Amino acid sequence: MSNNLQLNSEGKLKHFLTIEGLEKQLLVDILDLAESFIGVNDQRIKKIPLLRGKSIVNLFFENSTRTRTTFELAAKRLSADVLSMSIATSSTSKGESLLDTIRNLEAMYVDMFVVRHGISGAAHFIAQHASKHISVINAGDGQHAHPTQAMLDMFTIRQFKQDFSKLRVAIVGDILHSRVARSNIQALNTLGAAEIRVIAPKTLLPAQVETMGVTVSHSLADGLKDIDVIIMLRLQKERMTSALLPSESEYFKCFGLTPERLKLAKPDAIVMHPGPINRGVEIDSKVADGPQSVILKQVSNGIAIRMAIMAMAMQKQESFDG
Amino acid sequence: MMTAADFDVSELLENLEIKLKQAITERNITDPLMIGIRSGGVWVAEILHRRLTIKQPLGLLDISFYRDDFSQIGVNPNVKPSQLPAQIEGRNIILVDDVFYTGRTVRAALNELFDYGRPSQVLLAVLIERDGKQIPISPDCAGMRLKLNAGQRIKLTGPDPLAIEIQYVDAVA
Repeated sequence: MSNNLQLNSEGKLKHFLTIEGLEKQLLVDILDLAESFIGVNDQRIKKIPLLRGKSIVNLFFENSTRTRTTFELAAKRLSADVLSMSIATSSTSKGESLLDTIRNLEAMYVDMFVVRHGISGAAHFIAQHASKHISVINAGDGQHAHPTQAMLDMFTIRQFKQDFSKLRVAIVGDILHSRVARSNIQALNTLGAAEIRVIAPKTLLPAQVETMGVTVSHSLADGLKDIDVIIMLRLQKERMTSALLPSESEYFKCFGLTPERLKLAKPDAIVMHPGPINRGVEIDSKVADGPQSVILKQVSNGIAIRMAIMAMAMQKQESFDG
Repeated sequence: MMTAADFDVSELLENLEIKLKQAITERNITDPLMIGIRSGGVWVAEILHRRLTIKQPLGLLDISFYRDDFSQIGVNPNVKPSQLPAQIEGRNIILVDDVFYTGRTVRAALNELFDYGRPSQVLLAVLIERDGKQIPISPDCAGMRLKLNAGQRIKLTGPDPLAIEIQYVDAVA
Protein backbone atom coordinates (compact mmCIF):
# COMPACT_ATOMS: atom_id res chain seq x y z
CA MET A 1 0.00 0.00 0.00
CA SER A 2 1.53 3.30 -1.00
CA ASN A 3 1.73 5.80 1.81
CA ASN A 4 2.21 8.63 -0.63
CA LEU A 5 -1.48 8.29 -1.25
CA GLN A 6 -1.94 10.16 2.03
CA LEU A 7 0.09 13.20 0.99
CA ASN A 8 -0.32 15.73 -1.81
CA SER A 9 2.48 16.80 -4.12
CA GLU A 10 3.70 19.32 -1.52
CA GLY A 11 3.90 16.63 1.17
CA LYS A 12 0.84 17.93 3.00
CA LEU A 13 -1.86 15.67 4.40
CA LYS A 14 -4.58 14.86 1.87
CA HIS A 15 -6.03 11.60 3.19
CA PHE A 16 -5.57 10.15 6.68
CA LEU A 17 -5.63 6.40 6.27
CA THR A 18 -2.88 4.94 8.44
CA ILE A 19 -0.11 6.11 10.76
CA GLU A 20 2.34 3.95 8.84
CA GLY A 21 4.71 6.00 6.71
CA LEU A 22 3.82 9.39 8.20
CA GLU A 23 6.70 11.52 9.50
CA LYS A 24 7.05 12.34 13.18
CA GLN A 25 6.69 16.07 12.45
CA LEU A 26 3.33 15.57 10.79
CA LEU A 27 2.06 13.67 13.85
CA VAL A 28 3.37 16.41 16.14
CA ASP A 29 1.65 19.04 13.96
CA ILE A 30 -1.65 17.19 14.35
CA LEU A 31 -1.19 17.05 18.14
CA ASP A 32 -0.29 20.75 18.30
CA LEU A 33 -3.22 21.81 16.16
CA ALA A 34 -5.60 19.69 18.27
CA GLU A 35 -4.26 21.44 21.35
CA SER A 36 -5.23 24.82 19.97
CA PHE A 37 -8.69 23.52 19.11
CA ILE A 38 -9.32 22.59 22.76
CA GLY A 39 -9.95 26.31 23.42
CA VAL A 40 -13.00 26.26 21.13
CA ASN A 41 -14.82 24.44 23.94
CA ASP A 42 -14.55 27.63 26.05
CA GLN A 43 -16.42 29.73 23.52
CA ARG A 44 -20.08 30.50 24.01
CA ILE A 45 -20.52 29.51 20.38
CA LYS A 46 -18.43 26.33 20.12
CA LYS A 47 -17.69 26.74 16.45
CA ILE A 48 -14.96 28.10 14.23
CA PRO A 49 -15.48 28.83 10.53
CA LEU A 50 -12.52 26.89 9.04
CA LEU A 51 -14.57 24.39 7.02
CA ARG A 52 -17.60 26.55 6.37
CA GLY A 53 -19.29 25.49 3.16
CA LYS A 54 -17.59 22.08 3.04
CA SER A 55 -19.66 18.90 3.03
CA ILE A 56 -18.47 15.87 4.95
CA VAL A 57 -20.10 12.45 4.78
CA ASN A 58 -19.62 9.92 7.56
CA LEU A 59 -19.81 6.55 5.86
CA PHE A 60 -20.17 3.94 8.57
CA PHE A 61 -20.42 0.39 7.30
CA GLU A 62 -19.78 -0.86 10.82
CA ASN A 63 -21.31 0.14 14.15
CA SER A 64 -19.77 2.91 16.15
CA THR A 65 -20.90 5.31 18.84
CA ARG A 66 -17.92 7.30 20.03
CA THR A 67 -16.07 7.54 16.75
CA ARG A 68 -19.08 8.50 14.66
CA THR A 69 -20.42 11.06 17.13
CA THR A 70 -17.05 12.69 17.79
CA PHE A 71 -16.36 12.91 14.04
CA GLU A 72 -19.76 14.48 13.61
CA LEU A 73 -19.21 16.97 16.44
CA ALA A 74 -15.71 17.76 15.18
CA ALA A 75 -17.04 18.52 11.69
CA LYS A 76 -19.78 20.70 13.15
CA ARG A 77 -17.33 22.63 15.35
CA LEU A 78 -15.39 23.40 12.16
CA SER A 79 -18.67 24.66 10.62
CA ALA A 80 -18.80 21.96 7.94
CA ASP A 81 -22.09 20.44 6.85
CA VAL A 82 -22.06 16.85 7.91
CA LEU A 83 -24.17 13.89 7.00
CA SER A 84 -23.91 10.60 8.85
CA MET A 85 -24.88 7.54 6.85
CA SER A 86 -25.47 4.23 8.49
CA ILE A 87 -25.09 1.84 5.66
CA ALA A 88 -27.43 -0.76 7.08
CA THR A 89 -30.26 1.64 6.25
CA SER A 90 -28.93 2.71 2.83
CA SER A 91 -28.95 1.34 -0.68
CA THR A 92 -25.97 -0.92 0.00
CA SER A 93 -28.42 -3.26 1.65
CA LYS A 94 -30.28 -3.21 -1.67
CA GLY A 95 -27.16 -4.38 -3.47
CA GLU A 96 -25.45 -1.13 -4.50
CA SER A 97 -21.69 -1.53 -4.80
CA LEU A 98 -19.27 0.52 -2.69
CA LEU A 99 -18.01 2.35 -5.75
CA ASP A 100 -21.53 3.22 -6.87
CA THR A 101 -22.32 4.57 -3.42
CA ILE A 102 -19.20 6.74 -3.61
CA ARG A 103 -19.98 7.97 -7.15
CA ASN A 104 -23.49 8.96 -6.09
CA LEU A 105 -22.25 10.87 -3.08
CA GLU A 106 -19.61 12.59 -5.23
CA ALA A 107 -22.40 13.71 -7.52
CA MET A 108 -23.81 15.55 -4.49
CA TYR A 109 -20.65 17.73 -4.27
CA VAL A 110 -19.18 16.15 -1.17
CA ASP A 111 -15.67 17.24 -0.05
CA MET A 112 -14.70 14.56 2.45
CA PHE A 113 -15.53 10.99 3.36
CA VAL A 114 -15.00 9.62 6.85
CA VAL A 115 -15.06 5.86 6.42
CA ARG A 116 -15.47 2.96 8.79
CA HIS A 117 -15.57 -0.47 7.25
CA GLY A 118 -15.22 -4.04 8.42
CA ILE A 119 -12.81 -4.88 5.61
CA SER A 120 -9.13 -3.92 5.91
CA GLY A 121 -8.12 -1.50 3.16
CA ALA A 122 -11.62 -0.12 2.50
CA ALA A 123 -10.61 3.49 3.19
CA HIS A 124 -7.54 3.14 0.94
CA PHE A 125 -9.75 1.77 -1.80
CA ILE A 126 -12.09 4.75 -1.58
CA ALA A 127 -9.16 7.21 -1.48
CA GLN A 128 -7.76 5.62 -4.64
CA HIS A 129 -11.05 5.77 -6.52
CA ALA A 130 -12.68 8.97 -5.29
CA SER A 131 -12.45 12.21 -7.30
CA LYS A 132 -9.26 14.17 -6.87
CA HIS A 133 -10.70 16.94 -4.72
CA ILE A 134 -12.07 14.55 -2.09
CA SER A 135 -10.25 13.75 1.15
CA VAL A 136 -10.75 10.42 2.89
CA ILE A 137 -10.31 9.81 6.62
CA ASN A 138 -10.09 6.26 7.91
CA ALA A 139 -12.32 5.81 10.96
CA GLY A 140 -11.33 2.15 11.32
CA ASP A 141 -10.91 -0.54 8.66
CA GLY A 142 -11.17 -4.21 9.61
CA GLN A 143 -8.19 -5.29 11.68
CA HIS A 144 -5.88 -2.94 9.84
CA ALA A 145 -5.84 0.59 11.24
CA HIS A 146 -7.68 3.15 13.34
CA PRO A 147 -5.36 6.13 12.99
CA THR A 148 -7.58 8.84 14.51
CA GLN A 149 -7.99 6.71 17.64
CA ALA A 150 -4.21 6.35 17.83
CA MET A 151 -3.77 10.12 17.50
CA LEU A 152 -6.28 10.88 20.25
CA ASP A 153 -4.48 8.32 22.42
CA MET A 154 -1.15 10.05 21.69
CA PHE A 155 -2.76 13.39 22.49
CA THR A 156 -4.05 12.07 25.83
CA ILE A 157 -0.66 10.56 26.68
CA ARG A 158 1.08 13.85 25.86
CA GLN A 159 -1.40 15.72 28.06
CA PHE A 160 -0.46 13.63 31.07
CA LYS A 161 3.13 12.55 30.36
CA GLN A 162 4.66 15.09 27.95
CA ASP A 163 7.90 13.49 26.77
CA PHE A 164 7.43 10.28 24.74
CA SER A 165 11.11 9.38 24.82
CA LYS A 166 10.93 8.47 28.51
CA LEU A 167 7.71 6.48 28.36
CA ARG A 168 7.08 2.77 28.75
CA VAL A 169 3.66 1.96 27.36
CA ALA A 170 1.83 -1.35 27.83
CA ILE A 171 -0.88 -2.44 25.41
CA VAL A 172 -2.88 -5.21 27.04
CA GLY A 173 -5.30 -7.75 25.64
CA ASP A 174 -6.65 -8.67 22.24
CA ILE A 175 -3.80 -7.39 20.06
CA LEU A 176 -4.62 -9.88 17.31
CA HIS A 177 -7.95 -8.35 16.33
CA SER A 178 -7.13 -4.79 17.28
CA ARG A 179 -6.67 -2.08 14.66
CA VAL A 180 -6.29 0.32 17.61
CA ALA A 181 -3.25 -1.64 18.84
CA ARG A 182 -1.64 -1.64 15.39
CA SER A 183 -2.10 2.08 14.91
CA ASN A 184 -0.99 2.85 18.46
CA ILE A 185 2.19 0.79 18.07
CA GLN A 186 3.04 2.68 14.86
CA ALA A 187 2.31 6.06 16.43
CA LEU A 188 4.30 5.32 19.59
CA ASN A 189 7.25 4.10 17.53
CA THR A 190 7.12 7.18 15.29
CA LEU A 191 6.95 9.50 18.29
CA GLY A 192 9.90 7.68 19.88
CA ALA A 193 8.45 5.98 22.98
CA ALA A 194 11.15 4.27 25.07
CA GLU A 195 9.31 0.94 25.13
CA ILE A 196 6.09 -0.50 23.81
CA ARG A 197 5.18 -3.70 25.62
CA VAL A 198 2.34 -5.89 24.43
CA ILE A 199 0.81 -8.08 27.12
CA ALA A 200 -1.49 -10.86 25.94
CA PRO A 201 -2.04 -14.59 25.81
CA LYS A 202 -0.25 -16.21 22.85
CA THR A 203 -3.57 -16.87 21.10
CA LEU A 204 -4.38 -13.13 20.99
CA LEU A 205 -1.07 -11.99 19.50
CA PRO A 206 -0.38 -11.76 15.77
CA ALA A 207 2.44 -13.96 14.46
CA GLN A 208 5.86 -12.26 14.66
CA VAL A 209 4.48 -9.36 16.66
CA GLU A 210 8.08 -8.47 17.71
CA THR A 211 8.77 -7.24 14.20
CA MET A 212 6.38 -4.35 14.89
CA GLY A 213 8.90 -2.89 17.32
CA VAL A 214 7.45 -4.13 20.60
CA THR A 215 8.53 -6.28 23.52
CA VAL A 216 6.22 -9.14 24.49
CA SER A 217 4.94 -10.39 27.82
CA HIS A 218 2.42 -13.13 28.47
CA SER A 219 1.80 -12.20 32.08
CA LEU A 220 0.06 -9.08 33.32
CA ALA A 221 1.75 -9.37 36.72
CA ASP A 222 5.26 -9.36 35.19
CA GLY A 223 4.46 -7.07 32.30
CA LEU A 224 3.23 -4.03 34.21
CA LYS A 225 6.54 -3.35 35.97
CA ASP A 226 7.87 0.22 35.30
CA ILE A 227 4.94 1.03 33.03
CA ASP A 228 3.80 4.69 32.66
CA VAL A 229 0.80 4.18 30.40
CA ILE A 230 -1.55 1.19 30.22
CA ILE A 231 -3.74 0.87 27.15
CA MET A 232 -6.38 -1.79 27.75
CA LEU A 233 -8.08 -3.32 24.71
CA ARG A 234 -11.57 -4.65 24.35
CA LEU A 235 -11.96 -8.36 23.85
CA GLN A 236 -13.37 -8.44 20.32
CA LYS A 237 -15.66 -11.40 20.54
CA GLU A 238 -17.38 -10.48 17.26
CA ARG A 239 -14.13 -10.93 15.34
CA MET A 240 -13.13 -14.23 16.95
CA THR A 241 -13.71 -17.05 14.54
CA SER A 242 -12.42 -19.87 16.70
CA ALA A 243 -12.10 -20.62 20.39
CA LEU A 244 -9.07 -18.54 21.28
CA LEU A 245 -10.01 -18.28 24.95
CA PRO A 246 -11.38 -20.72 27.51
CA SER A 247 -13.88 -18.19 28.94
CA GLU A 248 -14.36 -14.54 29.80
CA SER A 249 -13.98 -15.17 33.53
CA GLU A 250 -10.78 -17.10 32.91
CA TYR A 251 -9.51 -14.18 30.78
CA PHE A 252 -10.35 -11.67 33.52
CA LYS A 253 -8.49 -13.81 36.05
CA CYS A 254 -5.30 -13.70 33.95
CA PHE A 255 -5.49 -10.42 32.01
CA GLY A 256 -8.17 -8.27 33.67
CA LEU A 257 -6.87 -5.00 35.11
CA THR A 258 -7.77 -4.91 38.80
CA PRO A 259 -6.76 -2.30 41.41
CA GLU A 260 -4.24 -4.80 42.85
CA ARG A 261 -2.59 -5.37 39.46
CA LEU A 262 -2.57 -1.65 38.69
CA LYS A 263 -0.30 -1.18 41.72
CA LEU A 264 2.39 -3.15 39.86
CA ALA A 265 2.79 -0.33 37.34
CA LYS A 266 4.34 3.04 38.23
CA PRO A 267 2.30 4.85 40.90
CA ASP A 268 1.43 7.67 38.48
CA ALA A 269 0.57 5.37 35.59
CA ILE A 270 -2.51 6.31 33.58
CA VAL A 271 -5.09 3.78 32.36
CA MET A 272 -6.59 4.12 28.90
CA HIS A 273 -9.19 2.20 26.90
CA PRO A 274 -10.54 2.99 23.43
CA GLY A 275 -14.05 1.86 24.43
CA PRO A 276 -16.49 0.35 24.52
CA ILE A 277 -15.33 -1.26 27.76
CA ASN A 278 -16.41 -4.69 28.90
CA ARG A 279 -16.52 -4.23 32.66
CA GLY A 280 -15.36 -7.34 34.44
CA VAL A 281 -13.88 -8.85 31.26
CA GLU A 282 -10.75 -6.81 30.52
CA ILE A 283 -11.07 -4.15 33.20
CA ASP A 284 -12.43 -3.93 36.74
CA SER A 285 -14.99 -1.15 37.27
CA LYS A 286 -12.89 0.17 40.16
CA VAL A 287 -10.05 0.80 37.72
CA ALA A 288 -12.21 2.07 34.85
CA ASP A 289 -13.85 4.64 37.16
CA GLY A 290 -10.79 5.17 39.37
CA PRO A 291 -8.43 8.14 39.74
CA GLN A 292 -5.83 6.80 37.30
CA SER A 293 -8.35 6.27 34.51
CA VAL A 294 -8.30 8.83 31.68
CA ILE A 295 -10.87 6.96 29.58
CA LEU A 296 -13.41 9.79 29.41
CA LYS A 297 -10.63 12.30 28.76
CA GLN A 298 -9.84 10.22 25.66
CA VAL A 299 -13.42 10.66 24.48
CA SER A 300 -13.29 14.46 24.90
CA ASN A 301 -9.91 14.62 23.18
CA GLY A 302 -11.37 12.70 20.25
CA ILE A 303 -13.24 15.84 19.17
CA ALA A 304 -10.17 18.12 19.06
CA ILE A 305 -7.95 15.54 17.37
CA ARG A 306 -10.56 14.81 14.68
CA MET A 307 -11.00 18.55 14.12
CA ALA A 308 -7.23 18.83 13.62
CA ILE A 309 -7.06 15.94 11.17
CA MET A 310 -10.05 17.13 9.14
CA ALA A 311 -8.74 20.72 9.03
CA MET A 312 -5.29 19.59 7.91
CA ALA A 313 -6.64 17.30 5.21
CA MET A 314 -8.88 20.07 3.88
CA GLN A 315 -6.39 22.91 3.82
CA LYS A 316 -4.81 24.06 0.61
CA GLN A 317 -4.80 21.23 -1.92
CA GLU A 318 -3.58 21.33 -5.50
CA SER A 319 -7.04 20.95 -6.94
CA PHE A 320 -8.20 24.14 -5.20
CA ASP A 321 -5.60 26.19 -7.07
CA GLY A 322 -7.19 26.08 -10.46
CA MET B 1 9.94 57.55 0.29
CA MET B 2 9.51 56.61 3.95
CA THR B 3 12.05 54.47 5.72
CA ALA B 4 12.02 52.76 9.08
CA ALA B 5 14.18 55.58 10.48
CA ASP B 6 11.24 57.97 10.09
CA PHE B 7 9.33 56.23 12.87
CA ASP B 8 9.72 56.65 16.60
CA VAL B 9 7.72 53.87 18.25
CA SER B 10 7.63 55.57 21.67
CA GLU B 11 6.18 58.69 20.11
CA LEU B 12 3.51 56.63 18.31
CA LEU B 13 2.66 54.89 21.58
CA GLU B 14 2.29 58.26 23.34
CA ASN B 15 -0.01 59.57 20.58
CA LEU B 16 -2.11 56.43 20.76
CA GLU B 17 -2.33 56.60 24.55
CA ILE B 18 -3.62 60.20 24.43
CA LYS B 19 -6.19 59.43 21.73
CA LEU B 20 -7.33 56.27 23.49
CA LYS B 21 -7.87 58.13 26.78
CA GLN B 22 -9.99 60.70 24.92
CA ALA B 23 -12.04 57.99 23.24
CA ILE B 24 -12.59 56.20 26.56
CA THR B 25 -13.94 59.43 28.10
CA GLU B 26 -16.08 60.28 25.07
CA ARG B 27 -17.68 56.87 24.99
CA ASN B 28 -18.15 56.63 28.77
CA ILE B 29 -16.15 53.43 29.05
CA THR B 30 -15.57 52.20 32.58
CA ASP B 31 -13.76 49.02 33.65
CA PRO B 32 -12.79 48.06 30.11
CA LEU B 33 -11.40 44.72 28.98
CA MET B 34 -8.35 45.17 26.75
CA ILE B 35 -7.59 42.52 24.15
CA GLY B 36 -4.51 42.39 21.95
CA ILE B 37 -4.42 40.61 18.59
CA ARG B 38 -1.42 38.28 18.25
CA SER B 39 1.43 38.95 17.84
CA GLY B 40 2.10 42.67 17.29
CA GLY B 41 -1.20 43.80 18.78
CA VAL B 42 -0.39 42.02 22.03
CA TRP B 43 2.94 43.88 22.32
CA VAL B 44 1.20 47.23 21.88
CA ALA B 45 -1.65 46.20 24.20
CA GLU B 46 0.76 45.17 26.97
CA ILE B 47 2.18 48.70 27.07
CA LEU B 48 -1.22 50.45 26.86
CA HIS B 49 -2.69 48.11 29.47
CA ARG B 50 0.06 49.13 31.90
CA ARG B 51 -0.10 52.85 31.13
CA LEU B 52 -3.87 53.02 31.44
CA THR B 53 -3.74 50.90 34.65
CA ILE B 54 -6.56 48.67 33.49
CA LYS B 55 -7.68 46.34 36.29
CA GLN B 56 -8.82 43.38 34.19
CA PRO B 57 -5.93 41.22 32.98
CA LEU B 58 -5.04 41.59 29.31
CA GLY B 59 -6.78 39.27 26.86
CA LEU B 60 -4.99 37.66 23.93
CA LEU B 61 -6.74 36.90 20.68
CA ASP B 62 -5.40 34.56 18.00
CA ILE B 63 -7.48 34.95 14.86
CA SER B 64 -5.90 32.12 12.84
CA PHE B 65 -9.07 30.02 12.84
CA TYR B 66 -11.16 32.97 11.68
CA ARG B 67 -9.08 34.11 8.72
CA ASP B 68 -10.83 34.36 5.38
CA ASP B 69 -7.91 32.83 3.45
CA PHE B 70 -7.77 29.36 5.07
CA SER B 71 -8.33 27.50 1.83
CA GLN B 72 -5.46 29.43 0.21
CA ILE B 73 -2.83 29.37 2.94
CA GLY B 74 -3.91 26.65 5.36
CA VAL B 75 -3.45 26.75 9.08
CA ASN B 76 -0.31 26.91 11.16
CA PRO B 77 -0.32 23.98 13.60
CA ASN B 78 1.26 26.11 16.30
CA VAL B 79 -1.64 28.46 16.78
CA LYS B 80 -1.85 29.34 20.45
CA PRO B 81 -5.36 29.35 21.84
CA SER B 82 -6.97 32.72 22.54
CA GLN B 83 -6.96 33.69 26.21
CA LEU B 84 -9.85 35.86 27.22
CA PRO B 85 -9.77 36.58 30.96
CA ALA B 86 -13.38 37.49 31.66
CA GLN B 87 -16.82 37.11 30.18
CA ILE B 88 -17.20 39.07 26.93
CA GLU B 89 -20.95 39.35 27.40
CA GLY B 90 -21.98 42.98 28.03
CA ARG B 91 -18.37 44.22 28.40
CA ASN B 92 -16.66 47.31 27.03
CA ILE B 93 -13.79 46.02 24.93
CA ILE B 94 -10.69 47.82 23.73
CA LEU B 95 -9.30 45.82 20.82
CA VAL B 96 -5.65 46.55 20.01
CA ASP B 97 -3.60 45.79 16.90
CA ASP B 98 -0.25 47.00 15.59
CA VAL B 99 -1.01 47.89 11.95
CA PHE B 100 -4.42 48.46 10.40
CA TYR B 101 -4.27 47.76 6.67
CA THR B 102 -7.01 45.91 4.77
CA GLY B 103 -9.36 45.52 7.74
CA ARG B 104 -9.58 41.75 7.31
CA THR B 105 -7.76 40.97 10.54
CA VAL B 106 -10.19 43.10 12.52
CA ARG B 107 -13.15 41.48 10.81
CA ALA B 108 -11.80 38.06 11.82
CA ALA B 109 -11.13 39.30 15.37
CA LEU B 110 -14.67 40.65 15.73
CA ASN B 111 -16.12 37.38 14.46
CA GLU B 112 -14.11 35.43 17.01
CA LEU B 113 -14.94 37.86 19.82
CA PHE B 114 -18.66 37.54 19.16
CA ASP B 115 -18.37 33.76 19.37
CA TYR B 116 -17.30 34.24 22.98
CA GLY B 117 -20.20 36.55 23.81
CA ARG B 118 -21.99 39.80 22.96
CA PRO B 119 -19.94 42.81 24.05
CA SER B 120 -21.56 46.11 24.96
CA GLN B 121 -19.15 48.05 22.71
CA VAL B 122 -15.82 47.52 21.03
CA LEU B 123 -13.25 50.25 20.49
CA LEU B 124 -10.42 49.64 18.03
CA ALA B 125 -6.98 51.12 18.76
CA VAL B 126 -4.02 50.63 16.41
CA LEU B 127 -0.47 51.88 16.46
CA ILE B 128 -0.41 52.65 12.74
CA GLU B 129 -3.25 53.02 10.26
CA ARG B 130 -2.05 52.77 6.69
CA ASP B 131 -3.98 53.18 3.46
CA GLY B 132 -5.43 50.25 1.58
CA LYS B 133 -8.52 49.18 3.48
CA GLN B 134 -10.73 46.73 1.64
CA ILE B 135 -13.78 46.49 3.89
CA PRO B 136 -15.83 49.12 5.73
CA ILE B 137 -14.06 48.90 9.10
CA SER B 138 -11.88 51.69 10.54
CA PRO B 139 -9.93 52.17 13.75
CA ASP B 140 -11.32 54.50 16.43
CA CYS B 141 -7.85 55.73 17.33
CA ALA B 142 -4.44 55.39 15.73
CA GLY B 143 -0.92 56.45 16.79
CA MET B 144 -0.43 57.72 13.23
CA ARG B 145 -2.04 57.54 9.82
CA LEU B 146 0.08 57.23 6.69
CA LYS B 147 0.09 56.48 2.99
CA LEU B 148 2.62 54.02 1.61
CA ASN B 149 3.67 53.33 -1.94
CA ALA B 150 2.26 50.29 -3.67
CA GLY B 151 4.41 47.31 -2.84
CA GLN B 152 5.41 48.63 0.57
CA ARG B 153 4.56 46.70 3.72
CA ILE B 154 4.89 48.06 7.22
CA LYS B 155 5.46 45.76 10.15
CA LEU B 156 6.03 46.03 13.90
CA THR B 157 8.89 43.87 15.17
CA GLY B 158 9.43 43.07 18.84
CA PRO B 159 8.65 42.66 21.59
CA ASP B 160 11.93 43.99 22.92
CA PRO B 161 12.65 46.47 21.49
CA LEU B 162 9.61 47.45 19.48
CA ALA B 163 10.62 48.74 16.06
CA ILE B 164 9.04 49.52 12.72
CA GLU B 165 10.18 47.65 9.65
CA ILE B 166 9.31 48.59 6.09
CA GLN B 167 9.43 45.82 3.51
CA TYR B 168 9.31 46.11 -0.23
CA VAL B 169 7.34 43.31 -1.78
CA ASP B 170 6.83 42.51 -5.41
CA ALA B 171 3.75 44.52 -6.43
CA VAL B 172 2.39 41.46 -8.23
CA ALA B 173 2.51 39.26 -5.13
